[in-house]
Amino acid sequence: MKKLVALLLTLVLCLSCLPAMAEDTLDLSDVKLGVILLHGELSTYDLNFINGVQEAAANLGLSEDQVILVRDIDESQACTEAALDLVDEGCNIIFANSFGHESFLLEAAKENPNVQFCHATGTRAHTEGLANFHNAFAAIYEGRYLAGVAAGMKLNELKAAGKLKGDAPLMGYVGAFTFAEVISGYTSFYLGAKSVCPDVTMKVMFTGTWYGETEERAAANALIAAGCDLISQHADSMGAPTACEDAGIPNVSYNGSTVESCEKTFIVASRINWAPYFEYIVKQVAAGEEIAVDWTGTIATNSVLLTDVNTAVAAAGTEEKLAEVKAQLEAGTLKVFDTAADNFITVGGAKLESYLADVDTDDNFTPDTEVVADGYFHESEYRAAPYFDVRIDGIELLNEMYGD
Amino acid sequence: MSEKKNVTVHEPMFHLAKRPVIHPVKAWAIRLTAIVLGLLFCGIAAFILIEKLQKNPDRIDDFYYCFIKGAFSTNRKLWKFLKNLAILQCISLAVTPAFRMRFWNIGAEGQTLMGVLGAISVAFYLGGQVPEWLLLVLMFIGALLYAGVWALIPALFKAKWNTNETLFTLMMNYVATFVVSYFLVVWVPSGSSTLGKLKYGKLPSFGHDYLVIVLIVLALTMFLYIYLKHSKQGYEISVVGESVRTAQYSGINVKKVIIRTMLVSGLLCGLSGYLIGAGLDQSVTTESVGGQGFTAIMVSWLAKFNPLVMLITSGLISMLNSGAAQISQDFNVNGAFPDVIVGIILFFIIGSEFFINYQIIFRKKDQKEGVK
Repeated sequence: MKKLVALLLTLVLCLSCLPAMAEDTLDLSDVKLGVILLHGELSTYDLNFINGVQEAAANLGLSEDQVILVRDIDESQACTEAALDLVDEGCNIIFANSFGHESFLLEAAKENPNVQFCHATGTRAHTEGLANFHNAFAAIYEGRYLAGVAAGMKLNELKAAGKLKGDAPLMGYVGAFTFAEVISGYTSFYLGAKSVCPDVTMKVMFTGTWYGETEERAAANALIAAGCDLISQHADSMGAPTACEDAGIPNVSYNGSTVESCEKTFIVASRINWAPYFEYIVKQVAAGEEIAVDWTGTIATNSVLLTDVNTAVAAAGTEEKLAEVKAQLEAGTLKVFDTAADNFITVGGAKLESYLADVDTDDNFTPDTEVVADGYFHESEYRAAPYFDVRIDGIELLNEMYGD
Repeated sequence: MSEKKNVTVHEPMFHLAKRPVIHPVKAWAIRLTAIVLGLLFCGIAAFILIEKLQKNPDRIDDFYYCFIKGAFSTNRKLWKFLKNLAILQCISLAVTPAFRMRFWNIGAEGQTLMGVLGAISVAFYLGGQVPEWLLLVLMFIGALLYAGVWALIPALFKAKWNTNETLFTLMMNYVATFVVSYFLVVWVPSGSSTLGKLKYGKLPSFGHDYLVIVLIVLALTMFLYIYLKHSKQGYEISVVGESVRTAQYSGINVKKVIIRTMLVSGLLCGLSGYLIGAGLDQSVTTESVGGQGFTAIMVSWLAKFNPLVMLITSGLISMLNSGAAQISQDFNVNGAFPDVIVGIILFFIIGSEFFINYQIIFRKKDQKEGVK
């Protein structure tokens, strides 16, 4: 009997090794990855990509010569030049990380059909029809929804303790631009909070810049003055978190934990993990397989992460609740943009039955694709980059695009 | 005072004296020494700041080679270098006429950005509706118009009310950035504020893509040299720069010269903006000029406002920039390090001007405690 068990165990062990062995036999030595970055380590946005590349390189065992980082590349001809330089250096995958790089990266892709070009946050891969040009993004709305759940629980706690500033819980959100990526982000955050705290409302203020410490701090302070009980943001600087720490208002962060400088107010943060995508493209190229035209990382592929919960600030039981909701999202039983649920996503008091989104980018940005079906809004399914730009009830925009 | 004859005066170990004249060869020798010292200092900074170099000190050769490699190692890099040189040279030429007049115009950044915006506005609204050649002509007019107006506003205020041109032109840079932001919001309804590369309005090219830009700037350099050195208007600029009173006495209409010269500066910024907008990016962002309008001030000043010498100084700075970027790439160092390298070398070059204008005189031995 013992022998049989031992034999079985050995067999199981061997079998479980098989996929790993198959991967090991994949020869990665011919792959050379060039990464074009808008800024450098000083920007949290770019740092998140740099960490992703380094993690992927370590996981795959790539040597130093196989990864080249090029920093401080503007959204201009400089991007085309940097990409062509990387082709000269022998790179066979070239990745660019900023939205505005796209049209300039496309120029380099047209000239070099044998090199794969991957672009994060872009929208044009599925309409350009170039075999070597690909877009990628992550379903960060899942992460923001989870962060929203933590926010809603904190509001419930404040409410029970009678510490709300007004009669009903009110959240504030600092956004960069009135743009689908941001709208999708704050709406999913709001829905997460609403799922546990049904009477919550939210005010949004836009700064008109992706990185502006002063503007973000000013917007956060304005929201705090307007009576918000909790603040979150979609912007890259420490402006909003530090404003919250100074005012003692709980904050849900983005891109990474801010617990070190905001220990009294930081609850949790969501971020995109780019390592799985970098690993994916390197393996595909090594195996001679095609890279997906649009690739959307999800919470299930480990592309969407939550940082550790700061238990000193978060409501009791937050970690357990987040684990439960996360499991539902991974299993697909919970949809963030659930249009069938009562009193959840409404526009002018009515449920969202149908919506034409601008999925295929054209000069006039005309809506072209029906995205509501089967009781939910199909975000990031028809292309990787977000296209949810519905203004739903319960969220009030204090300005549009710019701080007037 | 003259009676204190017997008081011993301790002469300091050295003192500084203004040089009456300096031989150009000696001046360039001092500048070269400064660059070499600056490079040595960069090496020290690199050892302190770059981990890879600490682990492997032999790579110091690679470190210095980066300055050559960044600009010249491939054909593509060479052309990129020439193009960067040309654009920087063009903006430097633009600031020069006003500087020779001692009109401290630090608004080239904003004027050039307005030039890019002028060109791209035309391409955005008329692209595809008029023939390409006409579009390019209209874009050129648009660039000159926007940049010219941007330069004229502070010039008129200076001439009419004697406002401070340095603060005024500096402020206009920020206004220009916001004007560009505004149009990006209007033009891009999706809200991303990213225009992307436009389909129409590309400067035609022959030979290499960047050859046209290089040739235009070369011709402009010759033209400006002749204009400033050998034309009546160029002479008037110099006289106003030397002394406004002298200019008035000799019958020069100072207000007219100020306005005309600033207009020339603005139009040249417009041309630079056109080269960036139509020749390179076919798009506009708030970063289209990327600080070159400020770098150009230094390029022009280091070249003593001489358009021909400026070819050397803008080449030097372009080479430094591409070298620093190459170091960042090859040694995988943080984004701020290239700026540190360029900053150190520029600091040494600017510092060297001090030793060109002043000489250090050490006390002589026999005068050690001499009596005056």
